[in-house]
Amino acid sequence: MSEPLALSSGSEAPSATDGARTLPSLTASLRRSRTLTEALTAWTLAGPAVFFLLVLFFLPVIGVFVIALTDWQFGARTLSFVGLANFREAFADGGFRTSLFNTVIYVLIVVPGTLVLGLVIALLIESGKSCRPFYRAIHFLPFMATMTAMAIAWEALLHPTIGLVNQTLAAIGLPTANWLRDENTALPVLAVIGIWQNLGYAMILFLAGLKSIPKDLYDAADVDGADLWLDRLCTVTLPMLGPVSMFVVIVVALRAFECFDTVKVLTQGGPGHASEVLLYTLYRESFEYLRTGYGAAIAVVFLAIVVTLTLVQTRVMDRKVHYQ
Amino acid sequence: MASVLLDSINKNYGQTSVLRGVSLSIADGEFLTLLGPSGCGKSTLLRILAGLEMQDAGTVSIGERVVDGLRPKRRDVAMVFQSYALYPHLTIASNMALPLRMRQLSALQRLPLLGGLLPGTERIVAEIETEVTRTATLLGIGHLLSRKPGQLSGGQRQRVAVGRAMVRHPAVFLMDEPLSNLDATLRVQMRAEIKELHQRLGVTFVYVTHDQAEAMTLSDRVAVMLDGELLQVAPPQDIYADPDDRRVAEFIGSPKINMLEGVVRERGLIDVAGSTLPIEADALAGAHLTLGIRPEAFHLADHGGQGALTGSVRMIEHMGSDLFVHLDLAGIDHPLIARLLAERTPDIAPGQTLHVGVRPDRVLLFARDGQRLLFARDGQRLRREVESAGASITPIRELAR
Amino acid sequence: MSFITSANFLWRPAAILRHAVLIVTGALILAPFVWMVSLSIRPPGEIFRASFTFWPAQFYGVENYTKALTQAPLPRSMGNGLIVCSLILALQILVCAPCAYALAKLRFPGRDLLFGMVLIGLLLPHQVLSLPLFILGYQLGILNTYAALVFPYVVSPFGIFLFRQFFKTIPDDVIHAARLDGLSELTIVWKIMMPMALPAILAFSIFSVVGHWNDLFWPLIAVQDRSLMPPPLGIMAFMNEEAGNDYGPLMAASTLVVLPLLVAFLAAQRWFVEGLTRGGIK
Repeated sequence: MSEPLALSSGSEAPSATDGARTLPSLTASLRRSRTLTEALTAWTLAGPAVFFLLVLFFLPVIGVFVIALTDWQFGARTLSFVGLANFREAFADGGFRTSLFNTVIYVLIVVPGTLVLGLVIALLIESGKSCRPFYRAIHFLPFMATMTAMAIAWEALLHPTIGLVNQTLAAIGLPTANWLRDENTALPVLAVIGIWQNLGYAMILFLAGLKSIPKDLYDAADVDGADLWLDRLCTVTLPMLGPVSMFVVIVVALRAFECFDTVKVLTQGGPGHASEVLLYTLYRESFEYLRTGYGAAIAVVFLAIVVTLTLVQTRVMDRKVHYQ
Repeated sequence: MASVLLDSINKNYGQTSVLRGVSLSIADGEFLTLLGPSGCGKSTLLRILAGLEMQDAGTVSIGERVVDGLRPKRRDVAMVFQSYALYPHLTIASNMALPLRMRQLSALQRLPLLGGLLPGTERIVAEIETEVTRTATLLGIGHLLSRKPGQLSGGQRQRVAVGRAMVRHPAVFLMDEPLSNLDATLRVQMRAEIKELHQRLGVTFVYVTHDQAEAMTLSDRVAVMLDGELLQVAPPQDIYADPDDRRVAEFIGSPKINMLEGVVRERGLIDVAGSTLPIEADALAGAHLTLGIRPEAFHLADHGGQGALTGSVRMIEHMGSDLFVHLDLAGIDHPLIARLLAERTPDIAPGQTLHVGVRPDRVLLFARDGQRLLFARDGQRLRREVESAGASITPIRELAR
Repeated sequence: MSFITSANFLWRPAAILRHAVLIVTGALILAPFVWMVSLSIRPPGEIFRASFTFWPAQFYGVENYTKALTQAPLPRSMGNGLIVCSLILALQILVCAPCAYALAKLRFPGRDLLFGMVLIGLLLPHQVLSLPLFILGYQLGILNTYAALVFPYVVSPFGIFLFRQFFKTIPDDVIHAARLDGLSELTIVWKIMMPMALPAILAFSIFSVVGHWNDLFWPLIAVQDRSLMPPPLGIMAFMNEEAGNDYGPLMAASTLVVLPLLVAFLAAQRWFVEGLTRGGIK
């Protein structure tokens, strides 16, 4: 924007007429006022967003950290700073430790399950030409369906007596279970639902990754003698999907850490604490027991995990530059 | 080492026909270039030869062996791709070793860790490594073996692609526009290297390009393709001087050949652009035909009339040793381009009237349908027929040897 | 093209296997949907009788759906969802687009700082902010109102980020021309940039609407009043009241809640995939 002005001030300098001598300073001040106007315009345009970013994101984050250092209970008139006591309590507390452990287990089931199934389905869809949009749509459906409603459908599906799952198992002579009320099965079943929900998303990312593999590489593999499907898969497809896979792992892990709806609807963390996950604990401590300070400490832990994962993701995405 | 024979190859994509009855015989050790504008089917033909695509009709033979239905791996061909198609996740050494590993090691032996324990694996791997190092050194990329393709320059990647093709000593080298991703300077340099490579290896090269300079400098013979048809197969100098078809004449040469409409006045005389040229044509008086005249077939003449064309100068392009003079001729809408030697040409200015003479033996005559017309006075056609007969008997000579 | 074999040596059993596996996985994926719809049209008696049939002996859909629409104030919930989602989306676009334009096309001191703020905002999961936002809502006295459902989402860092990326691809000359024509910067945003950024807006809209229609966490905290509940909360309340065993109407209600997005998805698949996968980068 200010380029033409800068240019004219430069070219005016050598010409030595009196009138021209004042021009550089004139254009310079003009330019200053132009930049000032532009800065004003910019901040005006960005103003509302800046205000809301500060009030709705930055103050709350600072707030969470501050509250986590207090013993405040929502509604209480007094509070005192207790340092890291909330964190110490959390990590000493069996309930929180279980919750953290459950979350990790949940993530460790959901991520590989989603990754492998999403990859296999994407490979199968891409390996033929017919019905591609149809298969893609079907597998993507759960990702955008309202999870609360679908959790209710899953509850019906998993119902110990009338559920389709137990009916089927009984019909083919396999043992049945009260899936959501059994300590051993509650969390794995929730994880299966998590995979069911996310695998379509992984599939879409893998499909995009597959599309971006240059066809020449497959031709080269053909000519080089890697022409059986396993060789092609190992020589070209899987290595070329490496960066996408890392991305899928992180993004699905983030989504898995944020698991809440199914737990709230299906198990409320039970039986016992068998399916209590981080976000559910956060919700319960903060908004049901109103232990605000303690809830904030959990929020800080949760934030630390999410931020770490995201930073790992950024690092990984930077590293993939190698591949091109 | 092998000759290549393509016999009446047809290929359609749905309704569009990309190749129509292409037949081509390539001698053992020959450097043959498929030349044509993009979309003419030359790459498809190469891919059919490689086995990456299947022809709808016709047969492909490599080294006297019909290879239809054989996978690329079994055809003993290697290919250099336009994008080089290097595996980005593998080092240069692994990229070059891959075709050897795929051929010489069994699926079990290729397994990571476990494969190394199987008998024989170690020896074969060592052999492969030696071969890769030898080839890489030969190509001047020995110091790059531990790098990944992403860390290499365009020219280096190109060499790796060639190296990957070379390691397994294929009978036929296929190259699909291998130089088009390089900048102009590097392209000229790599062109020379490819030519040298061909001379050193002595195997058959089939090279696809749209760049006539590459085709002309590299090839033993050039096959000109247009719209899925093979128009002419001949050595570069013949493709230029003695084209069979109007389209070939127009495709080759820069600036483009001048095409002028003429009418046969009587035997030995053709009326064109207000002048009469003394050209023997194999056509009846009154016949309409097209004269193709290369820009360098003109020379300055003192006066118009018999044997010379007259026009007014529209524009002059100085090219150093030569001048390209654009002339407007009476009754012709596009300007004629004459290439004149700068030192023999006096100062001329736009708007000036200029006479240019034509050597009758350099005029190419085409019939209405684009077919080349013969003319008796000149011996070129005869000479070329002898030569093409010579080319077709090459395989027999090979057999005898 | 395919990873299994090159196109020229097509292996027929592979193609059949592909369909077989995909139909099986597809059926498993669809099972909860099918079961939901199947239960939603059954009379209570048939629900507790074990059977594999999709279609009930006695069609009870009308009764179940009527019950879902009247007994559970489902129309009210869905209306709430519509109001909340549209309010959020409108405010987000209103707030984010000018900011994104400034970030993409204007030069000013503090631009990098502002963009850094947006990136940090992108990093923060909303659940972490819920506690202070709850307190803020309480202080403002807006808890248990529509405002409570909307205010945390007025600005979307992802929206700013997406719009900025898209605006950057629009040539500067377009803006210079508009300035020469005497348009103000705000007019440029709404009259020039937004129409050109339609694909980004569409992608973002889908991302935003799907996210907030489906959200359970924040509404659970922000509202208690039945008449304010958005669909997920509404249906959860219905489930708790029904004590879980009147499956027919409950499944009917679930179907109705899921339906609008599914229909929209099937109608505009490409845009949904685009919007939701781009959102994942957040």
